[in-house]
Amino acid sequence: MFAKRSVIGLYTDEEAAASALDALREAGYDQGEYEVLTGTPYPEGTFGEEEPKHTLYRWPLIGAACGFIVGLVLTSGTQLAYPLVTGGKPVLSIPPMTIIMYEGTMLGAIIFTVIGILIESRLPRLFMGAYDERITEGYIGVTVTTSEERVGTAEEVLNASGAEEVKRGWENN
Amino acid sequence: MQDHIQLDQKQINDDLLAGVLGMPKWWLPAVLFLTLVVFAGLGSFGYMMNKGLGVTGLNRPVMWGFFIVNFVFWIGISHAGIMISAILRLTQAEWRRPVTRAAEVMTVFSLMAALHTPLFHVGRPWREMWVFPYDFARGVWPNVRSPFVWDPSAVGTYLIASSLFVFIALIPDLAVVRDRAVNPLVKKIYGTMCLGWRGTPRQWKLQAVAGILLSALVLPVFVSVHSIVSWDFAVLIGVEGWHSTIFAPYFIIGAIHSGVSAVAMLMALSVWLWGLDKYLRPDHFDAIGRLLIVVATTWFFFFFLEWVFALYTLEGVEISLRELQVFQWPYGMLFLIFLATAFFIPVPMWMFKSVRRSAFWMFFTTVLVNVGMWLERFLIIIPGLARRQPFTFDWGTYHPSIIEILIVAETFAFVALGMLLFSKFFPLIPIFDIKEGMVVRDEIKIGRRIVPATIRE
Repeated sequence: MFAKRSVIGLYTDEEAAASALDALREAGYDQGEYEVLTGTPYPEGTFGEEEPKHTLYRWPLIGAACGFIVGLVLTSGTQLAYPLVTGGKPVLSIPPMTIIMYEGTMLGAIIFTVIGILIESRLPRLFMGAYDERITEGYIGVTVTTSEERVGTAEEVLNASGAEEVKRGWENN
Repeated sequence: MQDHIQLDQKQINDDLLAGVLGMPKWWLPAVLFLTLVVFAGLGSFGYMMNKGLGVTGLNRPVMWGFFIVNFVFWIGISHAGIMISAILRLTQAEWRRPVTRAAEVMTVFSLMAALHTPLFHVGRPWREMWVFPYDFARGVWPNVRSPFVWDPSAVGTYLIASSLFVFIALIPDLAVVRDRAVNPLVKKIYGTMCLGWRGTPRQWKLQAVAGILLSALVLPVFVSVHSIVSWDFAVLIGVEGWHSTIFAPYFIIGAIHSGVSAVAMLMALSVWLWGLDKYLRPDHFDAIGRLLIVVATTWFFFFFLEWVFALYTLEGVEISLRELQVFQWPYGMLFLIFLATAFFIPVPMWMFKSVRRSAFWMFFTTVLVNVGMWLERFLIIIPGLARRQPFTFDWGTYHPSIIEILIVAETFAFVALGMLLFSKFFPLIPIFDIKEGMVVRDEIKIGRRIVPATIRE
């Protein structure tokens, strides 16, 4: 495991932050090395960043399938394990089974979606890296997480693109 | 939205975290009072457990009393969060922004209140666990054909889903509290709860997708919950007045009526108690007032239909039940109060713009709606059971005891206490949603008029 250095530049307007990203690209930093941090959601592409890809839509489908199976096993299994024969009718009573299977399906879908949201959002994050509390007050942060040797250049690029302040942090990834 | 107040992010943080990072003077006395009421209710519950259900007013044939009325009432209130949050989110209604969190949190606490009411009702609460399929030792399993197994599965699913919904939408705001907190321990706690949120474009995108996806997933659960509660009534063989096929949609729309009214009440309270008038503008009250007119009218249509179904068939049992509900004391008086408070007073008042835009009048009318909707459940349950019918061999009526009244008061205090405690530790208005609203807002000039506009992708 190699310790990585990270550096953050703080900007007050969107255009300056977008210019910082352009400058980082020109200086040879790739997509995975820099990030924009904001305290509010901006429309996608505000800073010229690439559209984040995700597979969140698969999660509820997997969860729903798991929930349905659990619901089916639970309802049929409990009736077969403790059969209550009523009026000579079949032991497995389908209409009430569908109610519990339906709830199981939805519960599975929701739980898996929430797990998916956290995993796809890369949460929980153990190392904050370079971060500044002013980001949630309206500042826009541009962070670069890179090797020890390249962090100095990143610092220069961020300063040159009009950062109000540049500071360092560290990561362990 | 014609009101337009542009605020910067620091100002929004300061305003919306005032209750979290400071403590209003009224907060502690209010919490202490509500705790006292909760303990009085729990004490009554303890007394009831010790003495048995005989200390309540429940007796043959009315074995469902205040507890089940209250259960259905709180399930109804819980529909507020999802109605407001999910439907308005999916339809991208701009006015949802300041009201979603309070509505969702009220969903969670009212579901908790609803869930513990059957615990009181069953008389032997330690046997409540029999609805869960855990018993590997004795080979006795719950009977899935019973509606009393459907209820926990539906309400439990709704509670888990709503709590997760609240948590996911809370993460960015927890990061704001982490960044504003001065005490290192508090900072650490909020830092842990927000899971190291930083606000990258990926995280924001996932938040947006999550809001839509979870809304879409919770909506079918929302519909199922009150349907299943209505089937608790509809599938009972013995009580003929409850066999209407429209019970499920009728219960759902009634739940939405009381739930959305409760959200309007909360909005007014937020303005008065937390001074959030910059965020909850007359436009927001106007919007929820318009929504309530539609909801209340739809509910009234279902109420009317239920009566038509009952009377058109000219079945003796239905006619005698209606006779009991409308002409017998005290139900007749309660029926009049119910109709007036749930529909005939508030809806004509909401037709007036000045009423819809006033926090006071919206509070007043929505309190009336909830009084009416509580009585509606009472009038479905008590006269339904009190009438003599097959499999019951007694005439009887119902007088709630002080024990039941205290326990019902406990559920109201529990929800209020939950909301107050939540508001002390977490922002009651979603900070990031308000900030996003500010980012995508602008003013445009049309002719000689400058009007506020919202930019949407």
